[in-house]
Amino acid sequence: MTPSRATRPGRGRVVGGVARGLADHLGLPVWLVRVAFVVLALAGGIGLVLYAAFWAVLPLARDEDDDAAADSDAARGTDLTRLLALAALVLGVGLLLLAFGVDVLGGAVVPVVVALVGAALVWQQADADQRSEWSATAARAARQTAGSTAQAGRWRVVAGVGLVVLGLIGVLVSRSGPAAAAQALATAVLLVGGAALVVFPWVYRRWREQAEQRRALIRSEERADIAAHVHDSVLQTLTLIQRSAADPREVTRLARTEERALRSWLYAPEGDPTRTFAARLQRDAADVESAYGATLEVVTVGDAPIDASVSALLAATREAMVNAARHGGGSASVYAEVGSDDVEVFVRDRGPGFDPASVPADRHGLRESVVGRMERAGGSADVKSTIGTGTEVRLRIARDAGAPDD
Amino acid sequence: MTDRRLRVVLVDDHVMVRSGVRAEIGDAVDIVGEAGDVDEAVAVILRTRPDVVLLDVHLPGGDGRAVLDRCVEQVPDTRFLALSVSDAPDDVVAVVRGGARGYVTKTITGAELIEAVQRIADGDAVFSPRLAGFVLDAFAGGSAEDDEELDRLTPREREVMRLIARGYTYREVASELVLSVKTVETHVSAVLRKLQLSDRHELAKWASARRLI
Repeated sequence: MTPSRATRPGRGRVVGGVARGLADHLGLPVWLVRVAFVVLALAGGIGLVLYAAFWAVLPLARDEDDDAAADSDAARGTDLTRLLALAALVLGVGLLLLAFGVDVLGGAVVPVVVALVGAALVWQQADADQRSEWSATAARAARQTAGSTAQAGRWRVVAGVGLVVLGLIGVLVSRSGPAAAAQALATAVLLVGGAALVVFPWVYRRWREQAEQRRALIRSEERADIAAHVHDSVLQTLTLIQRSAADPREVTRLARTEERALRSWLYAPEGDPTRTFAARLQRDAADVESAYGATLEVVTVGDAPIDASVSALLAATREAMVNAARHGGGSASVYAEVGSDDVEVFVRDRGPGFDPASVPADRHGLRESVVGRMERAGGSADVKSTIGTGTEVRLRIARDAGAPDD
Repeated sequence: MTDRRLRVVLVDDHVMVRSGVRAEIGDAVDIVGEAGDVDEAVAVILRTRPDVVLLDVHLPGGDGRAVLDRCVEQVPDTRFLALSVSDAPDDVVAVVRGGARGYVTKTITGAELIEAVQRIADGDAVFSPRLAGFVLDAFAGGSAEDDEELDRLTPREREVMRLIARGYTYREVASELVLSVKTVETHVSAVLRKLQLSDRHELAKWASARRLI
């Protein structure tokens, strides 16, 4: 990928991503650019000035494909160690030059390095802030992590500023002795304090405005989300209902399907239907409801991951629900309870009921698909039906040994 | 069951729902008042002092819980039954802990609703399968160190709750467990009391959490 404009990528960087960005842009190997910067840096500091200028000017690349938040989190864990390694390198080269009698910085190598490391810390944090802002607008999930990383970021800025101040003081002291340094320092503090006093209200207002804008953006995204959902499903269904007004059965089915969709959206389903029992049972019940136009009230207590035995139980439950929906007079109760060592399901309808003894052996229905299935899986099934009051199917299976709870 | 017709107030912000409920139970009970928001509801309840209030969980101006907070102590003889479309345990548990003696969903049939109103008026509790499920969830894993009687269900109460969660009526629960209907009602009322007063973590969490959407 060759961007028309050079950017600083979020990954594969040592300090600010300047060298990698330039290398990508110019089609040169990264190490060459890096060496060039180091050589220029040793030539009277030109490389450092250039590097800083590029850092300020080149925009941070927006990684579309990888998860920006996760990436920057991972990067943050290591940036301090990378910085320290870099500082050690610079220090070593400086001391080497000193040893050969080349006094590049007038004996102030250590303080200058300290100040540079501090500055790099602050600049890196600015990048991280920008990235977390992107991920916050892109995904609401970022809100949960924002608190703790913001805290860490603040400390990093404080540490960086501290290092810069310390380094500058060091340069002053090594250049002009402690007394003159103290005087210069006092002057500097006065100047900086005065400037801060003047700029503070403006900076504060900007900061407040930005926070407000962010909140408004999140709100409007939430609203758009709701509007899109209402449009996609509710309005569609209402249109369909009007069109099938002559068919009460169809209208009931449509309304019921929509109600269920809206419900699962509002009362956020816990768990993933491909992995947990309760969510899967709810989804199966929903399928059966829309296929047969019946009403199933599903109540679950507890939850479990879907393993082989739970999977067999779910298949049998589905058959029992289909049976209840077809013959149960339009409505049925489904109750599932996950205990510490077994899972039980009860499917009860209030249909006409039947006499189990009179069901011909060739009618597969319940006998084969429910009872047989459960027995093969090592569980048990029991059908209780009374003519006039309805049918209840009870299913039970032991949980796999060693299966973790929830 | 009393000879006198029960006096009922309907509280729901949707006129359609109120007229639907009125059409379904109006022949069996006297509907002495209706209200569409919290302030109206409080005024009507204090003025008419009904036997039973059918209370929607979500209301403009503060929710069903607010009506309970402002009425329960002033009309001690009035019983409240929560009637809701909400499936969220925090909604349901909040009104029950606020003083409602039961919870049913709006999909309930007219005959069942009349029976529920009468049961509530007699001082018993009405549990839908879903509320029974919430109770079993909240009181699951009653560990041995929970010495507080309020924080545990007795084995019998647990059996009753499980049957209600399975869709059994009180009468069916009674015949399944070989008990009288009265005994079943006593068990359910005991569970209601625990639901209202227990400090179990799940209950407190549901009662305090309010959904934002």
